[in-house]
Amino acid sequence: MKLRPIAAIALRQLYLMRSSPTRVLPMIAWVAIDIILWGFISRYLNTVASTGINFISSLLGAVLFWDFFTRVMQGVTMAFFEDVWSRNFINVFATPLLISEYLTGLVLTGITTSVIGLIVMLLLATFLFGLPFFSLGMLLLPFLLVLFLFGIALGVLASAMVLRLGPAAEWLVWPIPALLSPFVGVFYPLSVLPAWMRALGHLLPPSYVFENMRSVVGGHGYSGNALLTGIALALLDILLAAWLFSSIHRYAVRSGLLARYSAESVS
Amino acid sequence: MSVPAPAAAGVPSVPNAGAVADFALRADGLRKNYGATVAVDGISFGVRAGEIVGLLGPNGAGKTSTINMILGVLQPSAGDIRIEGIELARHRSQALAHTNFAAVYAALPGNLTVYQNLRFFSLIYDVPAGASRIEQLLDEFDLQRLRNTRSGLLSSGEQTRLALAKAMVNEPRLLLLDEPTASLDPSAADLIRGRIRAMAARTGCGILWTSHNMYEVEETCDRVLFLSRGRILLEGDPRSLPRVHGASSLEELFIRLAREPLANEPPPAAPALKRDAPGAAP
Repeated sequence: MKLRPIAAIALRQLYLMRSSPTRVLPMIAWVAIDIILWGFISRYLNTVASTGINFISSLLGAVLFWDFFTRVMQGVTMAFFEDVWSRNFINVFATPLLISEYLTGLVLTGITTSVIGLIVMLLLATFLFGLPFFSLGMLLLPFLLVLFLFGIALGVLASAMVLRLGPAAEWLVWPIPALLSPFVGVFYPLSVLPAWMRALGHLLPPSYVFENMRSVVGGHGYSGNALLTGIALALLDILLAAWLFSSIHRYAVRSGLLARYSAESVS
Repeated sequence: MSVPAPAAAGVPSVPNAGAVADFALRADGLRKNYGATVAVDGISFGVRAGEIVGLLGPNGAGKTSTINMILGVLQPSAGDIRIEGIELARHRSQALAHTNFAAVYAALPGNLTVYQNLRFFSLIYDVPAGASRIEQLLDEFDLQRLRNTRSGLLSSGEQTRLALAKAMVNEPRLLLLDEPTASLDPSAADLIRGRIRAMAARTGCGILWTSHNMYEVEETCDRVLFLSRGRILLEGDPRSLPRVHGASSLEELFIRLAREPLANEPPPAAPALKRDAPGAAP
């Protein structure tokens, strides 16, 4: 892999963000709205509930982690969608660019945009609602790592889906985090789920983050094995997603889909 | 005039021995099927260094499929493509590093400025000293005053100049131009043709050029290939081909070839096939 082609994909996104506030605003606005809304809900629950649970830590913390994961995924897909929207596939893929370089460039973009979102959320959650985010200490690293890796995997998977099904499939991408959220136990332990949902939840890496987060906030410590399982699953998901993207790209080259890619030609 | 039978598959119009390095492009037995539909039917041809070859044919003849295969965005069903002697199927990245293209249907992202587009593609092509190369191209294609203009706001002529500047960013040995002057007025088209001819002569870059403008083809191309239904029907010097085939102009020859039905199978001999070009087989 060469550095310049990877940098090109990330630089293009930087150019677009620099010249277009409409691309930057949603990165900040949606996470800010989420934090403010859930911050007040958490504060209210702390005043009315006598469960001993600190909702700021457990609820608002969960929202922050979930939004971070969503931003990572969307950062990857948005960079890919730029090529869909500007019908740029031939220009990009009729070059020496390797698929691995292209995907790495998308990931680099995802890192940048998600970190911006994370900083905004941390500032708001800490200063407005007193979220003791850093009280999780070094555990933050594996928590964020699992969510980051799984966000990349889903972003690449969603991009592969749109490459195969066409631009209209973009509308199938946005609800993916919402579809997954009931299974990963963002706001409740997996134990409340029926067996089949719980089984599915155990296959999804974020469930290990949220289970551990609740355990730590409740003063019960964390499970290193569970976190390692989450990291391993997320890495496996990245490999699977990259393989799928690569396979679909090969199919698109073989069938002529890539050369004719447009909303009208893809079915 | 009857339409000449197509060149038989397996009869390459590139020399089989020697001088491989002289060829910017060699395609041998190139074929593309979409199910039962044959878009490109086992064609063979070459483009020498510094040569401008016109790829002509009616709509649906297989020109764009051929170009897409050379660009690596469409996988051939059979056949071999070599760019600067490098096999595209096995060494895609290395082969495409020597290639670039401009096409009317592949406009550059309109939301990036002229400079940003050139910067983006200079990085994609891993061009060393990209910044100075971009300045050189901005000067060469008269784009300096437009460097901070979004390319979507450029006129057709300016967009064509930008597309050509992008196509030259990696100093390619093979340049594919798909109707590069299609949306230009005659004056702008003439200037662009002049630039491309000068560039081919100066850099030794081989050019494969598609166009429906026969005047342009006669003026610009050293050699033409007539494609119909995926096969090469004729090949030769665009200035002498009409006379040889009893047509008054290249345009008239084109119209006849495009309208007359193609023989399903080539006859044993193909006497009407003319190969008088530098890249022609003996």
